[in-house]
Amino acid sequence: MNKMGKQSILYKNKPCVRGGFAVVGPKEGQGNFGRYFQKVLKDDLYGENSYEAAESKMMQMAFWGAVEDAKLQNNDIDVFVAGDLMNQIISSSFAARSFDVPYIGVFGACSTMAESLLIGASLVDGEYCKNVACATGSHFSSVEKQFRYPLELGTQRPPTSQWTVTGAGCTILSNIVGNIYIECATIGQVVDWDVVDVNNMGGAMAPAAAETLKAHFADLGREPDEYDLILTGDLGKMGSEVLLDLCEFNGIKLGNNYSDCGQMMYTSEQKTFMGGSGCGCSASVLNSYVLKRMRLGELKSVLFVATGALMSPVSSQQGNSIPCIAHAVVLKRR
Amino acid sequence: MEDNLRNQRYNAYLQSKMPKTKPLPTLFRAFWVGGIICCFGELCKDLILYYFPSLQADEAGTWELIILIVLAAFFTAIGVFDKVGAYAGAGTIVPITGFSNSITSPAIEFKREGVVFGLMAKMFVIAGPVIVSGVCASILVGLIHYII
Repeated sequence: MNKMGKQSILYKNKPCVRGGFAVVGPKEGQGNFGRYFQKVLKDDLYGENSYEAAESKMMQMAFWGAVEDAKLQNNDIDVFVAGDLMNQIISSSFAARSFDVPYIGVFGACSTMAESLLIGASLVDGEYCKNVACATGSHFSSVEKQFRYPLELGTQRPPTSQWTVTGAGCTILSNIVGNIYIECATIGQVVDWDVVDVNNMGGAMAPAAAETLKAHFADLGREPDEYDLILTGDLGKMGSEVLLDLCEFNGIKLGNNYSDCGQMMYTSEQKTFMGGSGCGCSASVLNSYVLKRMRLGELKSVLFVATGALMSPVSSQQGNSIPCIAHAVVLKRR
Repeated sequence: MEDNLRNQRYNAYLQSKMPKTKPLPTLFRAFWVGGIICCFGELCKDLILYYFPSLQADEAGTWELIILIVLAAFFTAIGVFDKVGAYAGAGTIVPITGFSNSITSPAIEFKREGVVFGLMAKMFVIAGPVIVSGVCASILVGLIHYII
């Protein structure tokens, strides 16, 4: 058995991270990770006539970019595992139409990058697939339309709000022996601490991240300082502070090796309040900044914890609280 | 039970940690922008009365509202209104300009889903409740007025 403790799995064949690609919108390009992204769009409509189509096209681009980065062809990919935030995950499915590759659609809200990675790594590790593409993406304008208000509505955003990242990322996992590989993963549980405020996603998701981290360290008998970087997905400024408090309460001391993709995504001049969010947030950071630094050898072990809020506009309108989830994946360099 | 207590504590903790909107700068922005919009409305009304002396004051007031509504719709369409609104908040929402924006913005947003089920159907998603309560209130007031 390669299962560790209650929620974790250890990949004995060490699925290799063979390629990665991130594409982002213009605003993200001006943010803190601007120089790391492989492609920054000049126009967030990306030549399409709707934002939903643009989001799908970004995922296509991430897929082709990652396939090229892995020095493969699309027929070498055995499965495309992807998901996004749109209803019925249309962006992923519509993107998958053009690949001629078997497809598994997944939904984990903003935790989809980690979710698709752990499914992909399991397929490769179990010797069911040679190469798996794991992808996700989000678009600010399509998400605003589905979950919030029209773009041109002249309202003020609350100070706890976050800005959905326009971006997509794709990772190619492979059964070859490579420098960077997925070592293990912790599958998250749905955690709901009765937060109903949809403008405070960081606060709602922090307990899920804390629970997954707790399970991860307990299952594998590790300490936080064994990692060069512990990276959460999109908790934002406030959510990460809450996570630090919750972890401390659980007896886990996260040090300077802790960061959050959402918090770091934008500069303070970009006025995004608590920072970035969305599937594309962690996906784009992982496939650019993290991957590039791992390839350079600056990072040797990364604990990537993508967090997702699993509510829908209907559930929120009916007064339900926000169930959240966090999946953790460990990337290591030999 | 134990979970309930934990959740209550956690929500109270979140409340204490949440950044708050600063009231003074927010009010200042709302009042100066809102004030200018209202002054502009009055100016329109005065000019209408000056150039069309045959009009009654309330008729001029109707024209004033029409001008403000059309201007707000225009500035929504060219993508300026949301930026002013993000700065001024209630200053642009409370005058009739906010009502105009709340109808124009979903119309723009949903026009890609077609004219009937997109634009026309979704036009009132935000302003709808205002119209419904306005109509209901006027019926109620009318009934009371009829009885008295």
